[in-house]
Amino acid sequence: MISIKHLSKQYRMKDQIVHAVNDVSLEIKKGEIFGVIGYSGAGKSTFVRLINRLEEPTSGDVYVDRHHFTKLGKNELREKRQKIGMIFQHFNLLWSRTVYENIAFPLEIAGIKKKDQQEKVNELIELVGLKGRENSYPSQLSGGQKQRVGIARALANDPEVLLCDEATSALDPETTDDILELLVSINKKLNLTIILITHEMHVIQKICHRVAVMEQGEIVEVGDVLEVFINPKEKTTKRFVKQLSPLEHDPNRLKEFLTDDENKEVIKLHFVGGTARRSLISEVAKKFDVYANILQGSISQTQEGSYGTLFVELDGNRSEIEEAIQYVRESGVEVEVVEHV
Amino acid sequence: MFEELFPNVVMDDMWTATYETLYMTIISVIGTFIIGLFLGLVLYLTDQGNLWSNRWINGITAIVVNVFRAIPFIILILLLFPFTDFLMGTIRGPKAALPALIIGSAPFYARLVEIALKEVDKGVIEAAKSMGAKTKTIIFKVLLPESKPALVSGLTVTAIALIGYTAMAGVIGAGGLGDLAYMKGFQRRDNDVVFACTVFIVVIVFIFQFIGDFASKKMDKR
Repeated sequence: MISIKHLSKQYRMKDQIVHAVNDVSLEIKKGEIFGVIGYSGAGKSTFVRLINRLEEPTSGDVYVDRHHFTKLGKNELREKRQKIGMIFQHFNLLWSRTVYENIAFPLEIAGIKKKDQQEKVNELIELVGLKGRENSYPSQLSGGQKQRVGIARALANDPEVLLCDEATSALDPETTDDILELLVSINKKLNLTIILITHEMHVIQKICHRVAVMEQGEIVEVGDVLEVFINPKEKTTKRFVKQLSPLEHDPNRLKEFLTDDENKEVIKLHFVGGTARRSLISEVAKKFDVYANILQGSISQTQEGSYGTLFVELDGNRSEIEEAIQYVRESGVEVEVVEHV
Repeated sequence: MFEELFPNVVMDDMWTATYETLYMTIISVIGTFIIGLFLGLVLYLTDQGNLWSNRWINGITAIVVNVFRAIPFIILILLLFPFTDFLMGTIRGPKAALPALIIGSAPFYARLVEIALKEVDKGVIEAAKSMGAKTKTIIFKVLLPESKPALVSGLTVTAIALIGYTAMAGVIGAGGLGDLAYMKGFQRRDNDVVFACTVFIVVIVFIFQFIGDFASKKMDKR
């Protein structure tokens, strides 16, 4: 669907060249929600603007739906841009227009007659749940409602791709969840490909199928969300995953439980998919002569299934502990013995 | 009572002068609006990083605007005498004051327009671009509507400055309340005429200010 090849963007500052985006290649499938995560300054905002050429790439190619975007002439580009919706962190609505008029704006740009716009606009207002607010001005809406207008506006010309530039970063957690749910439902309903830029891992975790981690203009890691969560390879990725369960990857906080006592052992369990629902710890405590002391645990829902981690301290005879660990391993749960640092 | 306080004021003259002042002000506000808006758009659009970024056009326009803004109005009228004569066929009367009024205030308004346009959120322009908008669409459907309240309050400020300019133009024979105050009031030492003209001008200024504020507030949906 979207194919990005060796895409680069350089800015010439006074006496140095800044590589905002450096040789990025990606394939994004149709109907996929693809997340790009990175800290501020990683180049992700520039990257997303290179796709619809709000920023002109220095080199590289972008294909959207087999159209060679980076080769389009000015007029063709304008036409094709209508098929790529975009939503922004600060919504970027026209304050001088009502909700209705804001959503109708892209239709005006596409040259659709006033009376033919009505049906489409009303349908979109319904879709994003703003019925009754048609004649309000943006200043009368809450942040979440403004972003809903932004989404409706982005969908007006039936795009095949939706670019989201930090779309939830200016919203409170609850509103963020609502907007993310809306994006997922649109993705399913319209089979829309969504590219989402964020610095928040929980946004990726909630709605993305695949994720790319960006650092200093480069993609350092790409993969299915679940896979990246369970097995982050790069340092940056690990830091992002840590946002979700702080104890993980932070051995200092477990320090007081890590002793030389051979009758105590701290283990970390990874639950993936169906195994997350088993009452494994009770089983272990019943079957073996060990005490299980739960230190920390979390379960995250992703689009591909749930994923949980659990830190448990096992207290008992050395051999019993080892047997217990063996048992857990055999039941299909990944176990990691946490060592001293 | 009125006759005692203003023995030398002839109401017919006052109304004629008021009409002339209003005529000069309104026509020159319209002219200033059109030319100023155009110049302001050129200044904004050709600025670095904007839609028609062009250093030369921007530089030349800025110089023209700055030069005409630097010339004191009373001198500008004198300088423009030949031009006015050519354009209007006369250098006396309210009509003859129009070229100088418009040329004198359009650059001022152009700067206010530029400031107003700069206040438009860059993100909104970006959003319009992402929807595939043409530059024409961005100007007429984004830039101008989004800066409308500032354009109107800028025009109000300009209109009030223009009322002052018409009085100055009056001194060299353009007609209007300034002319009346100077010729019939000051020259003959009839201070009551000067005073009456002042009151009329202040009232006109207040009316313009009120209309401008009202319109600007009404348009502002922020």
